[in-house]
Amino acid sequence: MIDKQCKSAAEAVEGIEDGAVILVGGFGQTGEPMDLLDAIAAKGLKDLTIVANGGGSGEHGIGRLLAGGCVRKLVCSFPRVPGSVAFEELYEQRAIELEIVPQGTIAERVRAGGAGIPAFYVPTGAGTELGEGKEHREFEGRAFVMEHAIKGDVAVIKAERADRWGNLSYRLSARNFNPVMAMGAELTIAQVEECVPLGGMDPETIVTPSIFVDRVVEIPDGVSNG
Amino acid sequence: MADGLTRNQMAWRLGRDIAEGSYVNLGVGIPLLVLDHAPAGREIIFHSENGVLGMKPKDEADGIRPDDLTNAGKQPVSLVPGAAMFHHADSFIMIRGGHLDIAVLGAYQVAENGDLANWRLSGAPTAPAVGGAMDLAAGARNVWAICEHNGRDGAPKIVRECTLPLTGPRSVNRIYTDLAIIDVTPDGLVVREKIEDLSLEGLQARTAAPLSLANDWRPLEAPEL
Repeated sequence: MIDKQCKSAAEAVEGIEDGAVILVGGFGQTGEPMDLLDAIAAKGLKDLTIVANGGGSGEHGIGRLLAGGCVRKLVCSFPRVPGSVAFEELYEQRAIELEIVPQGTIAERVRAGGAGIPAFYVPTGAGTELGEGKEHREFEGRAFVMEHAIKGDVAVIKAERADRWGNLSYRLSARNFNPVMAMGAELTIAQVEECVPLGGMDPETIVTPSIFVDRVVEIPDGVSNG
Repeated sequence: MADGLTRNQMAWRLGRDIAEGSYVNLGVGIPLLVLDHAPAGREIIFHSENGVLGMKPKDEADGIRPDDLTNAGKQPVSLVPGAAMFHHADSFIMIRGGHLDIAVLGAYQVAENGDLANWRLSGAPTAPAVGGAMDLAAGARNVWAICEHNGRDGAPKIVRECTLPLTGPRSVNRIYTDLAIIDVTPDGLVVREKIEDLSLEGLQARTAAPLSLANDWRPLEAPEL
């Protein structure tokens, strides 16, 4: 019998190693898998690369990983928000490497990684400093820049509902990056608010099919549930 | 000096120009005020980069947890009937793929050729943050910039060439300010509307790129809000 359910956040994040590239879902605090990220921070890992939209805020989730000195590099579009204290301190001390990527380009680079596409061209960033140093090519008279896929060792995501196979559905805009990150990593770990019996999810409402998901942990009242 | 519009009045005025049936993205800052002042009775579908089509201002009675549904500025919003949710890659397919009719973006500077600078101040010690601005500038069919005509120090935001890092080259079609509505055209900047008491010379003195006045220009007006 397939059962991807774990008993705790700590069990769900077992086996993640120093130096891992971790894809993280969420947009602001919405859909950020904070309980899983807190469990990763508790392991005291080093030299992680975090790929996410933002740089975390407050004392949980990405904010905790940053404050705990676990992160060597942050790949994101928008690191500065109210409460992103941990990131800003590290940035001031030059203690973190920052790669700023346009938001849609992060989404597409991760999607490409999951889709088996090594690189692609976008108009985004052409003629700006974020396009500098990248291969340019003209199509139909317009400049495009080549972007490379991002592949994660681990994806850490949040969903509303799962079954024991790891099928997932989401809650409104808490979906955001989560289904994209789920497709882009070797090991995808989802925290969910509710696990339902197999067959309890309408196939038409499943957004992330189980093939993309390796581990599920039910955390009904975690710090990321508002 | 003639009084200009408030930020809410600027957003109200821009909203009058959005045609029924348009799919429209609103950037953070003044652009998001357009949501609060959209024309009543006109079906306009507002897109949010974080995976929403059909947002409206937050209605506390909707029963949605504030953290479950936000706009690009991470503020709670509500949904209109017919709204749809999708993930980030699909959201930016809509943006980059030319499916949006209009992106309304804030601006630090707009150049006379439509170059937009709105993401980074030169020499700022804080970390850069781009969000979805470059995707929107590159991908929306029309980009309308909305900003105060001059910065707090009086410096014009409409310039011959941007001195700040670009968000996108030749992106902006139209500029809404507290003093005027200006089209970016192959023949230069054309003033469609301006504060009635402000002469073209007065407006030109607050603008660092040449302006011409449309023959059929109208007074820029908005109700008290």
